[in-house]
Amino acid sequence: MTTIFPIEALSDERRALGMAVAVVVGIGFGFVLERSGFGRAQKLVGQFYGYDFTVLKVMFTAIVTAMLGLVVLSSAGVVDLAAIQFNYPTYLWPMIVGGLLLGAGFVMSGYCPGTSLVATASGKLDGVSTVLGVVAGGLVYAHVEPALGAFPNSGKLGALSLSAWLGLPAPIVAAFVVAIAIAAFLAGERIERMVAGAAEAVAPTGAARKWIFVGLVAVALAGVAMLALPTGTSAAP
Amino acid sequence: MERNPSKFWNPYAGGVALGLVLLVTFLLMGKGLGASGATYRLGVWAVSGLAPSHAERVPAIAAVLEDGHPLDDWLVFEVVGVLIGGVLGAITSGRFSREVLKGPTFSSARRIGFAIAGGVVMGFAAKLSRGCTSGQALSGGAAMSVGSWAFMLSVFAGGYAVAYFLRRQWR
Repeated sequence: MTTIFPIEALSDERRALGMAVAVVVGIGFGFVLERSGFGRAQKLVGQFYGYDFTVLKVMFTAIVTAMLGLVVLSSAGVVDLAAIQFNYPTYLWPMIVGGLLLGAGFVMSGYCPGTSLVATASGKLDGVSTVLGVVAGGLVYAHVEPALGAFPNSGKLGALSLSAWLGLPAPIVAAFVVAIAIAAFLAGERIERMVAGAAEAVAPTGAARKWIFVGLVAVALAGVAMLALPTGTSAAP
Repeated sequence: MERNPSKFWNPYAGGVALGLVLLVTFLLMGKGLGASGATYRLGVWAVSGLAPSHAERVPAIAAVLEDGHPLDDWLVFEVVGVLIGGVLGAITSGRFSREVLKGPTFSSARRIGFAIAGGVVMGFAAKLSRGCTSGQALSGGAAMSVGSWAFMLSVFAGGYAVAYFLRRQWR
């Protein structure tokens, strides 16, 4: 199985089902973002002032969770990781320049394109304004794109994965990413405490945090152990 | 259930929940989540309605229109879901209210101006980098794409580079 709904190739009937699934996963996406505080500008930009590292914590935990899931399912022969990676080709220079610009726009507006939709859904007028800006910015790009020449296609490296780039099996790379993520979480928590000072207690982290860290490490190690399985496609870097 | 607008999920638990939504999306659709692509399609739809002959002359707009109705795309449906999920989350947490989020000393009009300007910059940037924080950093990052990780680190760098100059918006 690669995908249940190869969306471009669906007949009308199954296409409608695919769209229904899109709405359902979107509801999950929007609900989780809202409950994590991603509909509020101050909570999001706290990342850039050191008082609130929620963006780092939620985003990196989500990335390593999904990454470990893909790696383990790929080792078990359930998912074709390369087919998924095919959808994420690298164009290094426009991605770096676009990232720098998007980061600047993030702190200007208080949102990223996705969270501005959640802010809009929770009634925030600065959120709607950001969405309208994103619409306009996309159209500006469409009009100036011919003048950018070859730049948007520069640094083309194809569907290059971290594991292919580093020459290491995907489960090993995923385990490294988990280690880096947990180190970053601990550093972020420390900076939060420094910025907030002793007087203002930062949100309690509690037992859930410990068990999530333990769980991520356990799955990462299980992923590495699964390299011994004959079914996997992830062993090749 | 008690509503407390200042109470959020444990960020690590929220991250696991978001990661599982993303993983399910990968398994069902073969690709991850997104956002800016749908917002762009909204703009394409507006231009094609207001100035159809002009739309045909702009390659990046005409290319979307060639594939059929600009809003008939799975990403647009996903974003409809994001809006529904956002409304549900905001109402059940007591955070749904018509307001402008900003620091107490910053005027609402200037805050809206910055929001629009930042949005324009992001709309441009997301097209250049073929995706935003959702489609590129989150989804491509989980798929271990080198370009997505370069994009993600650049987003943080860009944010930190300008944060000091924009601090009055939030205080």
